[in-house]
Formats: sequence, structure tokens, C-alpha cells
Amino acid sequence: MIEQWFPNVDWEKMWEATYETLYMTGISVVITFVLGILLGLLLFLTSKGQLWQNKAVYGITAVIVNVFRSIPFIILIVLLIPFTKALLGTIIGENAALPALIIGAAPFYARMVEIALREIDKGVIEAARAMGASTWTIIRKVLIPESLPALVSGLTVTAIALVGYTAMAGVIGAGGLGNLAFLDGFQRSRNDVTMMATIIILIIVFIIQFIGDTAVRKLDKR
Amino acid sequence: MIFIEQAKKIFQTKNGPVKAVDNINLSIQEGEIFGMIGYSGAGKSTLIRMLNGLETPTEGSVTVAGRKISTIKGSELRKARQEIGMIFQHFNLLWSRTVRENIAFPLEIAGVGKAERMKRVDELIELVGLQGRGDSYPSQLSGGQKQRVGIARALANDPKVLLCDEATSALDPQTTDSILELLVDINQRLGLTIVLITHEMHVIRKICHRVAVMENGNIVELGPVLDVFRRPEQPITKRFVQQVTEPEESKETVQHLLAEHPDGKIVKLTFVGVSAEQPVVTELIRSFSVGVNILQGKISQTQNGAYGTLFVQITGESAEVAKAVAFLDAQQVDSEVIEYD
Ligand SMILES: Nc1ncnc2c1ncn2[C@@H]1O[C@H](COP(=O)(O)OP(=O)(O)OP(=O)(O)O)[C@@H](O)[C@H]1O
Ligand SMILES: [Mg+2]
Repeated sequence: MIEQWFPNVDWEKMWEATYETLYMTGISVVITFVLGILLGLLLFLTSKGQLWQNKAVYGITAVIVNVFRSIPFIILIVLLIPFTKALLGTIIGENAALPALIIGAAPFYARMVEIALREIDKGVIEAARAMGASTWTIIRKVLIPESLPALVSGLTVTAIALVGYTAMAGVIGAGGLGNLAFLDGFQRSRNDVTMMATIIILIIVFIIQFIGDTAVRKLDKR
Repeated sequence: MIFIEQAKKIFQTKNGPVKAVDNINLSIQEGEIFGMIGYSGAGKSTLIRMLNGLETPTEGSVTVAGRKISTIKGSELRKARQEIGMIFQHFNLLWSRTVRENIAFPLEIAGVGKAERMKRVDELIELVGLQGRGDSYPSQLSGGQKQRVGIARALANDPKVLLCDEATSALDPQTTDSILELLVDINQRLGLTIVLITHEMHVIRKICHRVAVMENGNIVELGPVLDVFRRPEQPITKRFVQQVTEPEESKETVQHLLAEHPDGKIVKLTFVGVSAEQPVVTELIRSFSVGVNILQGKISQTQNGAYGTLFVQITGESAEVAKAVAFLDAQQVDSEVIEYD
């Protein structure tokens, strides 16, 4: 029956594209998570009244984050073409999409990390300081664990945005479901291919949302 | 144990400098429970936070357990802080950790090994009476239980000093009493020096040996709790002392008593630091042929004996009544015959 509704779908190609989308999303989520946490911590710790309070560092980081967060993703990809070419030697393929995906998503996530850290009760940080904790201990044992549900829910939102970004990157030639939908579906007027690619993307998004929500519920002991 | 010398703290704010602590000199003995009382904004928190270096004095010096907290930095300061426990008004527990894990936190910071940590946590849970709640999360505990976790956590590294910043202000009166009892118990058992700040005089009355009254960044009155209760000098101190003696002594009630009991004499007895108030009254009845009628009173226990007032009506032959009053004057209690205004 599925064959009947989607006569033009080449399943092998479809699964390959799905794999490419998952690959791009997976790698970029992991790197975005690490970079976002680092940037978010830097923003938080250098902000007013915090452990490393520093107007200059905070100001510069905030400007960089805001600029990259504000550039529409499709434009960011184009802007980054020379950078990607210099870095990877090509602008085609899944790996070529990664720099743009990460640079697009990390600042977005960094802001969410900063907001999550701000939500932590100041008194708890103070209590840790009063116990003689070093800044590193406070980061590891107070800031991260106490903001973990918010960090995870932020990551869920970011991951879903990244699935969307991979589709856009696909149109430029990065592969994945977006690429398939555009080339095989749209350009050759095979609506069933576009439809199937959309369905798979939706399923991916739902699964990410489900995993994220479940994790947050498990982690939140408040 | 604690020496504060000419400590001053000025905060620079957008609206100009704020003098939070203004030239304070104070020394606190080992094993003492020292209370600081004052209204909001008096500078109590700023002062207590200087004792573990959360705040650095603008001028002057702070020494705790032989370490000059006001000048040390980095790892030396962190080491010193491990010997100074602190508990907070809002408990400041990590919600992401269980009771056991919260109590273990300062031990992790101090680098205590896992087996030793577990053993110590068990002891502390017992000490603060939280048996069976070790695997609960803070959100599953009552305020009093949370503060017990806070106390256990503060005691984990065997500190020499315990700082309490409004530790009972978020608790109901009964829970407050149980936490205060726990603090006295710890003070006696471990010989721990306790510095506590509060705006409630009954907290001072219940557990402190000495009290300092703070106003506008200064200590305006300082002394053993009973002395301050007996002879409050500053108006602010008088107001605080009234917190624990009111309403019995208000003018209205006294006038009301006089109107209700027109015969005989009404005497107000003030007990300060007497171990038991009973013998005085018993003696009075035994030695004189007078009737003694206890009208009302409020006697509370402090760390140095009883404190409070008792209104008694003495009836009988006027000569006998006069003798009875003279007898009371000679006793260790302050007595005062109440007259119509
Ligand atoms: N970090 C700060 N920056 C600027 N001003 C401050 C700071 N901390 C305290 N102050 C000011 O110092 C004064 C004393 O504050 P402090 O918190 O020590 O009072 P407190 O006696 O503890 O009051 P409360 O009973 O309300 O806790 C207040 O006027 C307060 O506004
Ligand atoms: Mg305060």
C-alpha cells in the first residue's frame, strides 16, 4: 500500500538520506552542546555579580553570540562557503554542512545555557563558596547539575532547530532528506518523494522531543 | 576564636557609597553562642559574611581560628572556609542531590575519600535526627528538615565555628525551637563556637550567651544576654527586649490589673538569672501572714537562668503587707510596687 501511495520513492536513497540527516544532526548537536556550554558558562561567569565578573569579556562574547544568532541560517551558509572550503576543501557533502550548522546553533544554545544558569538560586552558589569550593568545583558540581533540566530542554529545542537547518543545508548540496526532497521531489515534480521526506523529518523531530521531555522529567527533582 | 578589629565595609553602588559596616570591634570566645540582633539593613549579614570571607572588609581585619580571613586568598581561603560552617535562612541546598549527597558535598570539596564520606554522612544524619530520610530530595522535606540538612552539611568538616544567617527566620515557632535546641546541643557536645544573626529577640533569649545589638553598621550595645535584658540602655535594645516581655508589661495591662484587684498591693517581680523563681513566693507565704495571688507573668529560660516578670497581689493587714514588700526588696529579685498613675 505504501508503494502505491509513494510510487516514486527510491527507498534505498530515502534511507541513505535519512542516515545523512541523522549524521549531520547528531554530530552538530554534540559539538553545539559542548561549545554552547562553554560559551554559556563564559557569558554567565563574566556577567555582573558573578565569579569572573568582567565587563569587556562579557561584552565581546555577547556581541559575537548575538551577531551569529541573528544571521538567518540560509545566509550564514552562503557566508561561510569560503571558510568551509578552506577548512574541508569542499562545500559538498554532509561534513561540509557541519561548520555552518555548528556556528549557527552554538550561539543560539549558548544563550539558552546562560539563561539556564541564571535561574540557579544564587544562595546555592554562595553556600558552595562558603564551603570552600573552587570555581571549577562550582561549575562541575553546582552550575551544571543544578541547571541540567533546563540545559537538556534547551538542547532539545536546539536539536530540533538543527534538523531544520540540515534540511536547508541540503538544498545547498549537503545531502540528507532536505537535499532529496529538493532534488528528487521538488525539481522533478514528484510530490510523493517530498511528502515521504517530510514524514521522516517529522518522525525524527517527534522522537527528539520525546527523548528530551522524558530526560527532563527524570532529571528534575525540584 | 574570632577577632574583628576596626572592620568597615563600604559598598559602591549607583546611588553612591553605602556604609554597611562602620568600624566594628568585637571578639568572640571559643565555645560561645554569640548573637547579633538588628533590624533589616543594619549590616548583620555583611558582618557575618566577613567571617568566612564572602565579603572583604574595606578596612580593618578579621581573624577566625587563628587565620586572618580578611587578607588570605585562593586555596588558603578555601581551606579556611572548610573550617567555618555556615547555615542560611533559605537553606541553600542543592535540589539535584539527595540529603546524603548534600551532606557529602563539603566532604567532596575537602577531598575526603568515598568510604570515609559515607561513614561521616551516617554520623551526621544521626546527629541532626534525620534517620531514614537520607535518600530523600530536598523538595520532599519540610523547612525544619531542610535546615537540619543544612546544619549537618555545615558540620561535615568538623568546623571550629558555625555561622547562622537568620537560620530560623523561615520556620514556624515550633520548628524554630527544635532547630535552636539542636544548635545548643551541638554547641555543648562539640564545643563549637556559634555566631548567629536574627531579628527575633526570643532566638537570642533562648540560646545565646552574649548579644550585640546592631544599628546602622555599628554595635550599639553588647553584653551577656541577661545583663542586656535587665538593663537595656539604647532605645533600640529596649524595643527588642520588649519583644519577649510584651504584652504582660504594657501600661494598659498593669492599669487593668490595678482596677481588677483594688485591695492589697500589686507587686511586679522581675527575675533575672535566678535559677528558680518558686522559693521567693513560697518563702513569702511561709514567713508572713499575707495572701499571695499570682495574677500573671511570663518567665522564660535563657542560657544563664530564668528571665521574666511576675505580677502578684499581696493582701492582708497593711503592716504585714508592708513587711512582705520589704522582704521582697531584700531578695535577689527586683520588685516594684505598682501604683495608680
Ligand atoms: N552587595 C551589596 N552591594 C551594595 N549594597 C549592599 C550589598 N550588600 C549589602 N548592601 C547594603 O548594606 C546594608 C546592610 O546590609 P545587610 O544585608 O548586611 O543587612 P542585614 O542587617 O543583614 O539586613 P537583613 O535583616 O534584611 O538581612 C544595606 O543597606 C544593604 O543595602
Ligand atoms: Mg541579612
